[in-house]
Amino acid sequence: MPSIPASTEPLLSVRGLSLAIQKAGPGEQRRVPAVTDLGFDLLPGETLALVGESGCGKSLTAQALMRLLPGAIRVTGGAVHFQGQNLLALPEAAMRDLRGRGMAMIFQEPATSLNPVLTVGCQIGEVLARHGGLQGRAARERAEQLLRQVGIADPARRLDEYPFQFSGGMKQRVMIAIALAADPQLLIADEPTTALDVTVQSQILDLLQQIQAERGMAMLLITHDLGIVARMAHRVGVMYAGQLVELASREAFFRAPGHPYSQALFAALPEAVGRGQRLKALAGQVPALEAMPAACRFADRCERRQPVCCNEAPGLTAQGQGGLVRCHFPGPQAGAAAEVKLVEPRVPAAAAPLLQIEQLQVHFPIRKGFLQRVCGQVRAVDGVNLSLTPGRTLALVGESGCGKTTVGKALMQLLPRTGGSLHWQGAVIDDADKGQRRALRRKMQMVFQDPFASLNPRMMVGDILLEGMLALGVADSAESGRGACIALLEQVGLKAEALGRFPHEFSGGQRQRIAIARALAVSPELLICDEPTSALDVSVQAQILNLLRDLQAELQMAYLFITHNFAVVEYLAQEVAVMYLGRVVEQGPVERVLAAPAHPYTEALLSAVPRIEGTRQVIRLQGETPSPARPPQGCHFHPRCPKAMELCRRDYPETRELPGGRQVACHLHG
Amino acid sequence: MLAYLCRRLLYAVPILIGVNLLTFALFFVVNTPDDMARMQLGVKHVTPEAIQKWKAERGYDRPLFWNGDAVGLARVTDTIFFDKSARMFVGDFGRAEDGRDIAREIRTRMGPSLAIALPTFVLGLCVTITLALILAFFRASTLDFWGVVICVALMSISGLFYIIGGQYLVAKVWKLVPISGFGEGLDAWRFLVLPVLIGVVGGIGASTRWYRTIFLEEVNKDYVRTARAKGLPETLVFFRHILKNAMIPILTGVVVVIPLLFMGSLLTESFFGIPGLGSYTIDAINAQDFAVVRSMVFIGSVLYIVGLILTDISYTLVDPRIRFE
Amino acid sequence: MMPFQPVLLWSDLLLWLLLACAIGLGIVSARTPHLRRAWSRLGRNGVAMAVATLLTAFLLVGLLDSLHYRERLPPAPGQTGTVYGVEVLSVLDGLLTHLRSRNEKTYSAPFATRLYAKESMETPAGTVRDYPRLKHGGAHLGDDETKRDADVMQRAFAGKVQAFLIWLGLAGGLAALLARRQGCSHQEAWRAIWRGETAIAWRGVLLALGGLLLVFLPLALLAGDYHVFGTDKVGQDVFYQVLKSIRTALVIGLVTTLVTLPLAVVLGIVAGYFRGWADDVIQYIYTVLNSIPGVLLIAAAVLMMQVVIDTRPQWFATAAERADLRLLALCVILGMTSWTGLARLLRGETLKLRELEYIQAARAFGVSSGRIIGRHILPNLMHIVVIALVMDFSSLVLAEAVLSYVGIGVDPTMISFGTMINNARMELGREPVVWWSLAAAFVFMFVLVLSANLFADAVRDAFDPRLD
Repeated sequence: MPSIPASTEPLLSVRGLSLAIQKAGPGEQRRVPAVTDLGFDLLPGETLALVGESGCGKSLTAQALMRLLPGAIRVTGGAVHFQGQNLLALPEAAMRDLRGRGMAMIFQEPATSLNPVLTVGCQIGEVLARHGGLQGRAARERAEQLLRQVGIADPARRLDEYPFQFSGGMKQRVMIAIALAADPQLLIADEPTTALDVTVQSQILDLLQQIQAERGMAMLLITHDLGIVARMAHRVGVMYAGQLVELASREAFFRAPGHPYSQALFAALPEAVGRGQRLKALAGQVPALEAMPAACRFADRCERRQPVCCNEAPGLTAQGQGGLVRCHFPGPQAGAAAEVKLVEPRVPAAAAPLLQIEQLQVHFPIRKGFLQRVCGQVRAVDGVNLSLTPGRTLALVGESGCGKTTVGKALMQLLPRTGGSLHWQGAVIDDADKGQRRALRRKMQMVFQDPFASLNPRMMVGDILLEGMLALGVADSAESGRGACIALLEQVGLKAEALGRFPHEFSGGQRQRIAIARALAVSPELLICDEPTSALDVSVQAQILNLLRDLQAELQMAYLFITHNFAVVEYLAQEVAVMYLGRVVEQGPVERVLAAPAHPYTEALLSAVPRIEGTRQVIRLQGETPSPARPPQGCHFHPRCPKAMELCRRDYPETRELPGGRQVACHLHG
Repeated sequence: MLAYLCRRLLYAVPILIGVNLLTFALFFVVNTPDDMARMQLGVKHVTPEAIQKWKAERGYDRPLFWNGDAVGLARVTDTIFFDKSARMFVGDFGRAEDGRDIAREIRTRMGPSLAIALPTFVLGLCVTITLALILAFFRASTLDFWGVVICVALMSISGLFYIIGGQYLVAKVWKLVPISGFGEGLDAWRFLVLPVLIGVVGGIGASTRWYRTIFLEEVNKDYVRTARAKGLPETLVFFRHILKNAMIPILTGVVVVIPLLFMGSLLTESFFGIPGLGSYTIDAINAQDFAVVRSMVFIGSVLYIVGLILTDISYTLVDPRIRFE
Repeated sequence: MMPFQPVLLWSDLLLWLLLACAIGLGIVSARTPHLRRAWSRLGRNGVAMAVATLLTAFLLVGLLDSLHYRERLPPAPGQTGTVYGVEVLSVLDGLLTHLRSRNEKTYSAPFATRLYAKESMETPAGTVRDYPRLKHGGAHLGDDETKRDADVMQRAFAGKVQAFLIWLGLAGGLAALLARRQGCSHQEAWRAIWRGETAIAWRGVLLALGGLLLVFLPLALLAGDYHVFGTDKVGQDVFYQVLKSIRTALVIGLVTTLVTLPLAVVLGIVAGYFRGWADDVIQYIYTVLNSIPGVLLIAAAVLMMQVVIDTRPQWFATAAERADLRLLALCVILGMTSWTGLARLLRGETLKLRELEYIQAARAFGVSSGRIIGRHILPNLMHIVVIALVMDFSSLVLAEAVLSYVGIGVDPTMISFGTMINNARMELGREPVVWWSLAAAFVFMFVLVLSANLFADAVRDAFDPRLD
């Protein structure tokens, strides 16, 4: 639990910072404001979290502080004082002296942020040479020490390795070592764990916290995840549409957020509402930068909107202890509890299964050598049993590379099955039969992860919706399908005029609605959702989750919901199956599995998720998921398992039934 | 590493066989040896006897693939395909129209070709990479803009004009070097300066622009931002981080041509009267000497494949990801 | 009875076919939003519109030169029926009859009134060695050759004045048109044009047109009485040759793509989409083709093509047909050897596309492969195809010159930049230098290739999918 340091002179002080995107058109130069009048202070040893959804300008702010903005973005006003110096007025040479030594930065994508052709040692050594004048042996020793500090084993050997030889989490550790090399007073961390798995994220957050405590370094943490904020920050700044809308201490922020937008963010979190309740999704979307309203930028989506909100821009008003809110009517939500509508979801009791998956296997051959001999198999999915029931949701959870998406694709016949059988309402499905395969495509459909990649940018929405209907003979012509398309659009909350428009004219959330409509077009009985909300902001995620839930209640579809997000599981699913390295390690009713996980992996995974309601004991897992091409001997999880026994190293545990309809594959329950 | 190389070498065999079959088809199937004989003999001398004699002298009077009249192995070996195409694999290229041994001719002509091509290549590479680095370093400035304009203008000029103009100005008007010719030993440098210079200047436009694009692509990568965030000066960012990464795509295009340097440049050598392989090829084309052209096609593709293998090796030098695979 | 017999050469047919394709592409583009956006981005680019104007001028010349006919000969006494001349002429030839037919004896410099070399002439005063008068160049001056400079200046000036007036008329008309369409005043439309605020960069078009008019109107006026670019070894007007070369360059640059494009698109997509053995075979084919150095492969193929053509004289009715077929064969050979690059690019791109989620979604519906390729893959590769086409044009024009020089290009009787350079380069050794043929070929080729290069750059920028 971080403690708030005694306040002194601010280390970093930002006043009225404004950034604009330079748009060069034919014969004209336009400046579109991206960040407006941003101001905050950062004390030594303090962590300030800047929170906001994509496009709110938080990353640009971080880059502006380092003066590393991309060429098209200009600082149009304001001052940034760091240790008393105005950074924006500093000559470039002096600024270079400050970068790395005064303030250091780590980035979102550790995979691309390290130079692929230089050794890790060289990349750390550069900073040591630049700022400490360290060369040769001394530099090497120092680099070793740094690697050890960030938790990299065998640092002497790893210094001579290249970034591609490190796993994702290890790369981020190296980035942190580089950032720490010159003992900066300020660390700017721009979404440092967004690209990482949740267990690795937990490791990195621990590391950052520990380093900060050791060094008394200030940290500016840019994130979109309120859970991370709750775990890491002393103070919180919320950004919306290029403005700071709220600034508060963590306690005050999580107790009673002052800005309606902050409140909406909380309300949209699946973990914030109880099971069976409807998420309070924000309507509409963030205004485009080009069409930013002159008055309150949140007014369009705000429940508290009054005439003044649409006419006058609110200033920052003080609230609580040192808190600031940019709102005409700040304060905690009035009658918040009363507004939560209880929806009684009509979840049928477990009936006869719709689809039973038995011993599903998907292996990819590893080819090597001149003749492309098969010399091994990546067992992406290795004997998975699942059962899907009409009107109910089975969540398939796991970290990246565990094979959960492969399961979905194999069911959709997008990947060939290596083994196992499928039973549709009890009847075995014959893969070789073309007619059966076709029939199956009508019975189940898929919603993909990335709404920006799942719609062909060159096709109109109408054609996108019709494609499946025509291919599967649901409609015979474009004319006859048109009415159905309009009905589908209405069903997912879009207007009929969308038919003649192209995907790029829609926002991410709207695109995902179109993708859902496309899947619904052939009236499937089973919908496979492959992380349908992971590319979306939290407020949009809430809209999509609500939609999916309504559709299920209405159409009684079975859902196979593939996700890595436990909050979503908790909100949406009745059953959950946890996958690790191609196999299901635990399966059962959601409330039981989440409340008392039986498998150590489930337990660790659950505890690693950053929660807004405060901290719980985090079970720290060692290392990262191994490659499915070379799974460990015995239980796949044993090298990382805190409870591993001798038996675990030898045999893979059999799946056992536990009371309450749970199944678990662990020797602890033998 | 060694296994990797062996694999690459093995992979080259089917490609060379393909090249061989393709050239064979071009030279003997599209046109029969009779057609070639008529062409070579000219209209006045075409008699059936003359054609037969012409074919017999060159060994074209045998069947293409299968000699039914012969016995044993000779059924296969005593054919045009075996004699003219398969033998190229062991370096036997047969004789040219003037009766000289082609393999010998190729060996003696490699030297002059290399003497021109190698300096052109090395100098050209240094000059264009330097220019491209300068343009990329001052990207989006006036210098960059006009640099690119000049590059586009330079690459819009036909290579013929570089040679003609260079010869005219430097050799004829200023009389700094001889117009053409080739000398033995150290004296050769006087003959080499101009063709090398022209070769370098002629390549500036296209190459500089291409390298600049590669550099600019690297400039926007994330690791460059990391390097800047460390406080490194821009020169170090460029020479240590960007240059090394940009070498990977640059090598793809560059290393593959190194072996082809042996082939010389057709244009330069013929304009400057340099007795290299380029002018040999041009002379053969003009004399319609099919045997020589066929040999050059084969050698060219062998060298190209060598270039591909060299590219693979050079990758392992600059790209650790491949080195450690 | 027709005074001429139309002749349709194969290259004419293909060139007009290409024009039809381009118009078709234009119609499709107008209906397809993302293509329309790309073209309108191109339209806003001033440099692109200026070079497009120049390219259009080149294209007009080339198209005029692609309408061929044979003239009817005056009936010989005692002959029935009509006889047409063996010479195949084009509309351009018809327009330039005076340039084509008024040949001198040998070299003469631009605007010269006398030949380039001294000759012995019989005069009443005995044999003198002097520069003989040209038969046609400056003949209207009579004996007073000193008037030449004044005459040239005067006519050039008159030409420039006319050009300026025509240009003013065009610009004024354009401004009026824009003003009417946008409902603004004349002056505002005029200002919008010059500030580059119009949806199409008319400024670039007008500047290029102005340049063209200022250069070519005076030349056209003078070309009637002078050899404005001089004459070549056999006394042919160089200006005429340069104009004729344009068509050859266009045919090489454009018709080749007719061969390249289907090969590259079909093979590239098939290899990338179906993978497996189809991919292996296609990759093998293009690695083999690639591994033979381009010039050598072309040389080998052209040599063989020459043998085919030379040993079958019975195929061709006229020399023009023979030269034309050779030109086409050259296009085919260039196409066969140059599709590999584009195919590899398309294969790689298809490999990436087929893993995209929207194609997975289509496959999840059981949409057939043909439809997926047609509706999902091809439209998303269009920009690469368009960019590759424009990029290839200039390199093909340059390649023609080199190949013709090496002796494996177009038929020696066909006028092209390559043959012009090839014929002229020997004369640099003369004293004084015969420079005009080379200079004319250089300038025209440079302008053509530079325009094409600049246009290609603009197209590449406009079609960048990241802009959508």
